[in-house]
Amino acid sequence: MSESRQNKRRRKLPSSKYLVLSVPYLWLLLFFLAPFFIVFKISFAEAQIAIPPFSELLSYADEQLQILLNVGNYFYLIDDDLYASAYLLSLKIAAISTFLCLLIGFPMAWAIVHSSPSSRNILLMLIILPSWTSFLIRVYAWIGILRNNGFLNNFLMSIGVIDKPLQILHTDTAVYIGIVYTYLPFMILPIYTALMRIDYSLIEAARDLGASTLTVLFKVLLPLAKGGIIAGSMLVFIPSVGEFVIPELLGGPDSILIGKVLWQEFFNNRDWPVASAVATIMLLLLVAPIMYFHRYQKREMGAS
Amino acid sequence: MKHSTTFATSALTASLLLSAPALSAENKVLHVYNWSDYIAEETIEQFEQETGIGVVYDVFDSNEVLEAKILAGSTGFDLVVPTSDFLARQAMAGAFMPLDKSKLSNYGNLDPKIMSMLEETSDPDNTYAVPYLWGTTGLGYNVAKVTEVLGEDAPIGSWDLVFKPENLAKLEQCGVAFLNAPTEIYAAILHYLGKDPNSRELSDYKEDAEAFLLMEKLRPYVTYFHSSQYINDLANGDICVAIGWSGDVLQAADRAAEADNGVEVAYVIPEEGALAWFDLMAIPADAPHPDNAHAFINFLLRPEVIAEISNYVWYANPTPSSREFIDQEILEHPGIYPSEETLAKLYGAKIMPAKVSREMTRSWTRFLKN
Repeated sequence: MSESRQNKRRRKLPSSKYLVLSVPYLWLLLFFLAPFFIVFKISFAEAQIAIPPFSELLSYADEQLQILLNVGNYFYLIDDDLYASAYLLSLKIAAISTFLCLLIGFPMAWAIVHSSPSSRNILLMLIILPSWTSFLIRVYAWIGILRNNGFLNNFLMSIGVIDKPLQILHTDTAVYIGIVYTYLPFMILPIYTALMRIDYSLIEAARDLGASTLTVLFKVLLPLAKGGIIAGSMLVFIPSVGEFVIPELLGGPDSILIGKVLWQEFFNNRDWPVASAVATIMLLLLVAPIMYFHRYQKREMGAS
Repeated sequence: MKHSTTFATSALTASLLLSAPALSAENKVLHVYNWSDYIAEETIEQFEQETGIGVVYDVFDSNEVLEAKILAGSTGFDLVVPTSDFLARQAMAGAFMPLDKSKLSNYGNLDPKIMSMLEETSDPDNTYAVPYLWGTTGLGYNVAKVTEVLGEDAPIGSWDLVFKPENLAKLEQCGVAFLNAPTEIYAAILHYLGKDPNSRELSDYKEDAEAFLLMEKLRPYVTYFHSSQYINDLANGDICVAIGWSGDVLQAADRAAEADNGVEVAYVIPEEGALAWFDLMAIPADAPHPDNAHAFINFLLRPEVIAEISNYVWYANPTPSSREFIDQEILEHPGIYPSEETLAKLYGAKIMPAKVSREMTRSWTRFLKN
C-alpha cells in the first residue's frame, strides 16, 4: 500500500527522475562515506580517558581555529610487525577461501544451470535455505561437528578410519571450513546468473571445430562467465578479509586476523584512534580489488 | 491463528498496562546491566513488588564489552556493575555520578575493611560505587586426576602446581586451561615471581622480562586459553586444572556433583596469595532514573537479600550481617569466605597506564601466537 502511494507521489513530482536517481548516491553518502569519514577522523585523534575516549581534532579558542592531526597512529602500525602479519594472514585466508569457493561453487552453479527447469528453482532454494538460520548458530553448529568428541571425529573413529580424534577445531583448517561454508552461496549465485546468460550454441560450435573439453572450459566457458566469477570472488573475498566471528569461534589462539586485532585495539587497549587507523588501512587494501572490478565492468559495458 | 491473535492482544494489553504507570509517574522504571548468571532467581521480582518499579534487566559477560558501551556514552542504563579496576578508569573519564549516600539507609551494613580497600585501590572516598559481590582468581582442579598424575605430595594449594614447568608438563596429559585474561594471569605470575602484581614498569611486560620467559616455558603445556569453557570441561573431566574464577569453578564442582559422574572438582586460593576482585555497582552520569537506581542499591544492601544472592551464585558479599542468612556450606568454604590469614595475602588490581596496558596486550598476543 505504501509503495503505491509512493509511486503516485513520485509521478506527480516533476523532478521525480532526479529524485529517484539521487537515492543510490544518498545511500552511499549516508551509509558509506559518512561513517568512513567519522572513522577516518578518529584515526587522527589521540586516545584519552574520557567519554568518548579520544581527543577532538578541532579546537576553537581566542578566535583561533586549531586543527590537531595525530599521524602517530599510522606510524605505530608500521613499527609493530603484528599489524603487517595480521593483514597478510587475513589476505591469505581470504584469497585461499575465495579460491576454494570458486572451485566448489563453479561446478555447483554449472550443475544447477543444466538441471531441468523445474528442479532448478528447488536447487537454488536449497542454496539459499541455510541462510534462513542465524549465521551465528550455523557457526556454532560447526563447533559441534568439528570438536574432538564431535560428530565428524566420532563418525571417522566408528568406521575405523582414524583411531585418535583429529584436531580440526581451533586450527586454521576450521577457519577455512567456516568461511567457505558461509560464503559459498555468494559465489554460486552470480556464477549461476552468468552461466544462464551464455549462448550455448557457442560451445557447440567450439565442439564442432574440434575443441577438447578442457579447451572449451578455458577458452570459451570461463571467459564468457568471467563477469560472474569476478563478482562472486569479490562478494566472498571482501567480507572474508575483515571476518571476526568465524576465526574467533573456530580458529586457534594463533589465528590472529585483522578483525581480531581491531577487537583488541578497541576493547583491550581502549585505543579507538589506533583501531580506526587499522580499519582505514583495511579499507584502502580492499579498495584496490574493488577498483579493478569496477574498471573491468566498465570495459565490459563499453564492449557490449 | 487464533492462538497468535490472543497472544498479540494480551501482549498489547500487557504493554499498555506497563507503559501507563510509566507515563503518569514518569519514572517507575529501572534499567540494570549486570554480569550474566549473577543474581538470585527471585531478587528482581521481590524488588518490583516492594517498590512498584519495573526492572529491565540486561546482562554482559566481559568488562571490555561493558567499558566500550560506557565510554561511548548515553547507554540508557541506570545501574552498571564493572569490576573495580575497570571502574577506576571509567570514573576518571567522568562516566559515573557520585552516590547520594543519604538515599542509602543500609550503607552502614557494608564491611568497613572492604570499603577502605576499595578507597585505596579504585574509588577514592568511595564516591561512585558500592560493592556487589566479590571473588578470587585461583585454581580449580580435578582432585583424583591431579593426585594420579603428580602423586600424593602434589603441590595442591600452591601456584607451583601450574607455574612450575615440570609440574605443568605432567598435567598436560589430563588437560590445562588458563583464563584468557591478560591482566589477571600477568598479576598472578608477577606475584609468583615475587614482584608487584600491579607493576607499572613497562620492562616487566617486555619479551625479555622474567614473567614472559616463564610464560613461554608454560605455553606448550596449556591446552587452551578461555574464560568460560573451563566450567564445563572441569565438570566433565576433560581438563584437570584451570586458573579460574572462584564462583565459576564452584559452579563446575556443583555440576559435577549433580551429574554424579565420578568427577570431584575443588577450588583453592593458593597459599602465596591471589587476586581478589570486586564487582561494583555504579550509576552512569547520564542515567535517566538515578533515584530508582539508589533504591535498588539500597535494596541489595539488605542482609537477607544479598545473602539470598550469595547462596545462589556462590560468591561472597560485602555485607557481614548477611552471614546469618547464608548457607553453612558456603560460609565455611575457604575458597568463598577465606580465613583471616588468607585474606591478608589477597591483592587487588589497580589500573595501568595506557602504555603498560598496551605492552601487556601486545606481549599476551605474542605469547598466544607461539
